[in-house]
Amino acid sequence: MLEQQLFNALSLGCVYALFALGFTLVFGVLGVINLSHGAVFMVGSYAALQAILHLHLPLWAALAFAFMFCGVLGLLIDLLVLRPLRARNAPHLIPMIATIGLAISINSLAQGLFGAANLRFPTEVLPQDTLAIMGLRVTVLELGIIGLSFALMTVLMLVMRRTQLGRALRAIAESPRAAALLGINVEGLFMLTSFAAASLGGIAGVLIGLYSNALFPLMGQPILHKGIAVIILGGMGDIRGAMLAGLFLGFAEVLSVAYIGSTMRDAVAFGLLFAVLLVRPKGLFGSVNERKA
Amino acid sequence: MSMIQHSLKSLALAAGLALAACAQAADIKIGVAEALTGPAAQYGQSIRSGFELAAGEINAAGGVAGNKIVLIVEDEQGKKEEAINAFKKLIFQDKVLMLFGPTLSNSAQAADPIAQGAKVVVFGTSNTADGITSIGDHVFRNSVTEADVLPVTIRTAVAKSNIKKVAVLYGNDDVFTKSGYDNFKKALEDQKIPVTTTETFAKGDVDFKAQLTKIKATNPDAVVLSALLAEGAPIMVQARQLGLNVPVIGGNGMNSVKVFDLAKGASDGLWVGSPWSIENKTKENSAFVTAFTQKFKSAPDQFAAQAYDAMYIAVAALKKIKLSDDLAKDRKALRDALPDVKWTGATGAFAFRRANDKSGAPAGYDASQTPIVSVTRGGHYVIEQ
Repeated sequence: MLEQQLFNALSLGCVYALFALGFTLVFGVLGVINLSHGAVFMVGSYAALQAILHLHLPLWAALAFAFMFCGVLGLLIDLLVLRPLRARNAPHLIPMIATIGLAISINSLAQGLFGAANLRFPTEVLPQDTLAIMGLRVTVLELGIIGLSFALMTVLMLVMRRTQLGRALRAIAESPRAAALLGINVEGLFMLTSFAAASLGGIAGVLIGLYSNALFPLMGQPILHKGIAVIILGGMGDIRGAMLAGLFLGFAEVLSVAYIGSTMRDAVAFGLLFAVLLVRPKGLFGSVNERKA
Repeated sequence: MSMIQHSLKSLALAAGLALAACAQAADIKIGVAEALTGPAAQYGQSIRSGFELAAGEINAAGGVAGNKIVLIVEDEQGKKEEAINAFKKLIFQDKVLMLFGPTLSNSAQAADPIAQGAKVVVFGTSNTADGITSIGDHVFRNSVTEADVLPVTIRTAVAKSNIKKVAVLYGNDDVFTKSGYDNFKKALEDQKIPVTTTETFAKGDVDFKAQLTKIKATNPDAVVLSALLAEGAPIMVQARQLGLNVPVIGGNGMNSVKVFDLAKGASDGLWVGSPWSIENKTKENSAFVTAFTQKFKSAPDQFAAQAYDAMYIAVAALKKIKLSDDLAKDRKALRDALPDVKWTGATGAFAFRRANDKSGAPAGYDASQTPIVSVTRGGHYVIEQ
């Protein structure tokens, strides 16, 4: 039973990490807590579902479709909401509030278009069989989620650390104005980041939608709350931190169910989170200092 | 020219007024306040469809003594404050004869006292929590409470599937699933069925494998599950993925044909009790299912069936009274006629049963109905009792 629980924890942790990667990316570069990320996540799953049902695309193509669709949605959000606020030097809280409004609008739109009922992906899209590996019961999808979240984390970290693009992004995170003076195309990279973060959110939506078998317009909200906890624990804007914090939350939740009791799950998981933040207020990997003027 | 136009206009106006005077008696305004948006919308929308279907049929058959039923629909969003607003608007502004709704028991607790205070009948079709009808003598419901249904579900499942001990799993952050759990717990104690472990989850969880792995290790003969479909269906799937292949005994929230789609391939062996089943082939129910499917292009659920029956129950009372122009008098006449209505509809034979308030004095009216217990097999509900 312990091995199975450890595997459950790994796959749940990767579910959280997958969601948190895009979420933390936006914060790291744009300095905005984008609370519409949960709605984008939902849009991703619905976009893939529509692509499968109406365009008869196979799963990989539906994933690509959701990736592009959400990327473009992310661009639009940046263009129509975040950029005008940046141009007016709006204080930190304003874009956060604006994205709450955006999330409500997108959720209501989805409810209007698709109804409030739960939907799911057709079963033939993905083999649902359970594999028995060394006494563990695992599904192909769980392995996919685990693999993809580690792969994405690695790619994102390599891009951020090893490439010219990553250096430019880190320069922007430090100070957009200084970066612009250095000749970095700040607005262009903001758009690229918005695209990448939203498309990652969309991919997470498809995979987690496949996993939970329950698509509904408000599906992004509960995971958004967990996602906020994860990126705060990981250190705002830190890719590796988001991954580790996602895993931390997954393990904390599963092991507290296994050994303490499921009624205590959130109390234990968030109690631990609180304890970590008491010791390390900037989160596990937090290093970015808030700079005033 | 302008003179002629003018007199034509006044003629038209006079004719219009005369028509309006006739039409005044020809409309019976009934308020419907349901959650059409928000998390409870999938129930509220289904309920609205049930009302619309019934009202359409009644009007097509000549209405009530020639008077048409007009539904005035408000979205209460599944929120207490919105339900109160919707009730006030319908009662005082639209001056409806009676009210249906709201969708959730939570909202009913908050809004029903408004109707009671205004002496207007409020008729809930989906409020199953305890205490709703103790608000007062204008509060009616045809939703059978889980306290009545769950003991019957458990007794039937235990007898037919040879169940000795069960594990319990429920959502502990939702009034409905928590109250379902309380009723399950009481029924299990009353029937002396040992519980191997009790586990919980929260709304919006996507992964239940930790709880299910733990449950599996305790080797139960069945899992008692108080959940809504959004979590209940994934729980069925993940239980089967972990090799936990025992029967699942579910509450009201699991009684929907959508489970066959949402838990496709893993939907067998789910026991549910309910006043309504899509497989119940009585004349009335078959007619309802056919008409609903034709009109809305999707299969009805329990919520639609109860709303549909509720409209007919209200109309049966309306047919017994003579409407005047005095709204307060009409509202009282309807209130007095409603308790005696007996009706056989999509949900079977129905009558009201007097409920008591907290001090034990008579208050509103609950449903008196025998539940149907079914088990899922091969993508269908099979009626077992």
